[in-house]
Amino acid sequence: MLAFIIRRMVQALLVMIVVALIAFTLFRFVGDPVNQMVGIETSAQERELLRQQLGLNDPVVVQFIHFIWSAVHFDFGASYQFKQPVIDLIADRFPATMELSVVSALFSLVFGIPMGVYAALHRNSWLSRFFLTVSLVGISLPTFLTGILLIFLFAVSLHWLPSFGRGDVVALGFWTTGLLTKSGLKALVLPGITLGLFQLALIMRLVRSEMIEVLRTDYIKFARARGLPDRIVYFGHALKNTLVPVMTIAGLQLGSIIAFAIITETVFQWPGMGLLFLKAVQNADIPIMSAYLLLVAFIFVTINLIVDLLYAAVDPRIRIDLRQA
Amino acid sequence: MKFRTAILAVGLALAFWAGPASATVTFKFAFQGDLKSLDPYSLNETFTHGVLGNVYEGLTKRGKDLKIIPGLAESWEVIEPTRWRFHLRKGVKFHDGQDFTADDVVFSADRARGPSSDVKTRLPADAKVVKVDDYTVDFILSGPNPILNAEWDTWYIMSKKWCEEHNSLTAQPQAGQQMNFAALHANGTGPFIITEHQAGVRTLFKRNPKWWGKLESNFDEVIFTTISNDATRVAALLSGDVDWADPIPLQDIPRVNASGTAKVLQGPELRTIFLGFDQYRPELRYSNIKGKNPFKDARVREAFYLAIDEKAIADKVMRGAAVPSALMISPLLFDLSKDFVRPAYDPEKAKKLLADAGYPSGFEVTMDCPNDRYVNDEAICQAVVAMLARVNVKIDLLAQPKAKYFSKVLVSGGYDTSFYLLGWTPGSFDSWNILANMYRCRDEKGVGGNNNLGNYCDPKVEELTNQVLVEGDKAKRDQLIKQAYEIGQVRDWAYVPLHQQALAWGVSNKVKVVQRPDNQILFYWFRKE
Repeated sequence: MLAFIIRRMVQALLVMIVVALIAFTLFRFVGDPVNQMVGIETSAQERELLRQQLGLNDPVVVQFIHFIWSAVHFDFGASYQFKQPVIDLIADRFPATMELSVVSALFSLVFGIPMGVYAALHRNSWLSRFFLTVSLVGISLPTFLTGILLIFLFAVSLHWLPSFGRGDVVALGFWTTGLLTKSGLKALVLPGITLGLFQLALIMRLVRSEMIEVLRTDYIKFARARGLPDRIVYFGHALKNTLVPVMTIAGLQLGSIIAFAIITETVFQWPGMGLLFLKAVQNADIPIMSAYLLLVAFIFVTINLIVDLLYAAVDPRIRIDLRQA
Repeated sequence: MKFRTAILAVGLALAFWAGPASATVTFKFAFQGDLKSLDPYSLNETFTHGVLGNVYEGLTKRGKDLKIIPGLAESWEVIEPTRWRFHLRKGVKFHDGQDFTADDVVFSADRARGPSSDVKTRLPADAKVVKVDDYTVDFILSGPNPILNAEWDTWYIMSKKWCEEHNSLTAQPQAGQQMNFAALHANGTGPFIITEHQAGVRTLFKRNPKWWGKLESNFDEVIFTTISNDATRVAALLSGDVDWADPIPLQDIPRVNASGTAKVLQGPELRTIFLGFDQYRPELRYSNIKGKNPFKDARVREAFYLAIDEKAIADKVMRGAAVPSALMISPLLFDLSKDFVRPAYDPEKAKKLLADAGYPSGFEVTMDCPNDRYVNDEAICQAVVAMLARVNVKIDLLAQPKAKYFSKVLVSGGYDTSFYLLGWTPGSFDSWNILANMYRCRDEKGVGGNNNLGNYCDPKVEELTNQVLVEGDKAKRDQLIKQAYEIGQVRDWAYVPLHQQALAWGVSNKVKVVQRPDNQILFYWFRKE
């Protein structure tokens, strides 16, 4: 087990270095940051001086090593746009993204699992068909379109919910939360749904097909033969066995929710890391881009590791495999 | 900062639980870009300067009609052509309670011209700023300068003591880890005080009860939020979540006007959108003509000019939200603009001119164009491509995001372009800025006409430009400017000015605003019912 964890951690480290390297290569194509930092009337000499100070004239390899060295010390430099340490900016935006991601993950689980179970048990009812249609829409509509449609319906036409932002937030130490105010909660609804819709569809379809599969197995037939009530057969035996892959997917999806929050955050002007990153791309703000990519890679890798471990904890068969390996 | 945010957040929460507060008038506004720095010297950008104009003040300001009016200086006189005397307003206090005196002016002059300042052009580098007494300051110049205070409405006076106390003696450095207090906090003399600033997210302003002037605005509180997504910004305006939003995309204007909750306020902007040519390289970098540069021939430039139907661009691409321009400067900024008329669209003459110049079957050239900088910039370029195709000029369009575009065409990219679209606003609201930047010769390093990307160069225009700088008599000066334009634009076709794009502010029906063509949002003139 320990060997397994260590092996995974080494892999994780490698993944992060590769992400950093690819990111760094890409930065050469985002344009000249200096142009975004000064007015158009700034002279060539001053621009050149600035390039020198920022180290943009150094060879890429030197820049990369310098970056990695600083990153190891949790120093990601200062944002070109905001002239603030990147680490502060990200720490400032991190809670917003996490709250949004967790809320939409919960939303997709809380609605996705029952909907999937229902669709599996009553395969031909009109409600199941309706769920499947909705999930098709959820999978095929691009996030920004869903977001804009929701805004126009619930904010512009009905005036029920705010069209953008996070509402009022309360600071609890370093963490700012919108969960404690009415406007904060209202502000979470639309972006939460927008971001969670795809996951909801995915989980619902997954639960449905897994459940159908499991219901065909011998032990379900046996359970029925034993005369167990439907409730126990479905939820005690069938659903439990369905949840192993669901858990894996949901865990992995949490990573992509955090990463793909970029679009939802842009549509709702949600002050999270994704929005910060997108702005950074537009303005060639390399320190923010590199720190964000590393952080997201780290989150992905960590979640993967946790999911692997949980998987082993839940499914005894995998534990045996691991011990043999 | 964190602590203050915390207090504020708790305060807001309490206010919420206690029910709606009393009748505070709150004005909320949204802009597509961020308020990047609160340090008024660290970024020379219209939006930043406009917003900070509610917090900081210059010695002189500009009124609703852009006329120069007294600000922190009550009056001033030109004692001799090279010596200007400013009499400062008495009894003015900075937001932190310190008195405003001549020391602050001398300090601000040094700081604005000091290292890492992006507003160095606000006053001449060799001007001496001398304190005569606590409320009198002299500016001693090396030569006469009739437009000395033309840009002072955005040269904001900072408190010497405050900068000293907070270790912000120089403008926020563009590079490096050292963070400047002034980049995240503000201490001006203006009608509004910044009480909270979260860079890139929101900024909170409170009315300054001790302001020296009489405030037209009835706002107690102002909240600024960045909303970068166009559709969201329009939705926020329509749903009443913000009272003012800028810019409103052209295609959404009819919808906003029909909404009944908000209207789009359109007005001419000062920025001129134009096309430019590489007219100095012996051979164009991006063309099928080898061994010579077609744009060196004024007839080719004229042909391009006549082949472009600007009226169609203004009507169709800009949906009427543009004013075709004969000059590289807005008519609002040059009194003699009326003497210049834009030559009419004439593709037949254009073909003939091209044939005369030796290109009867046209030629190919690449055009550089930004696609996220100006209103419908890429669409304008596409229209230009189609129009030039009619006179057999084949344009290969390279439209890129601004970060890529500017790093290619500006001095930092070695002026790497053959034909380009650009926009320009004269920071000083004056033709000298246009002549100096666009019509003056430059070298490879950009010394001279730094933004004369195609390096148009004429000794007579050069001479006129230098005369314009020092001529104090307005009528004479205007004549000199006119002469320069007659040579550079009318005779030599140095550029193809297209239009001044229109501003499109989305304004809630509850709010009354003042829109100035320089697109500064000065909400101290706004009111809300």
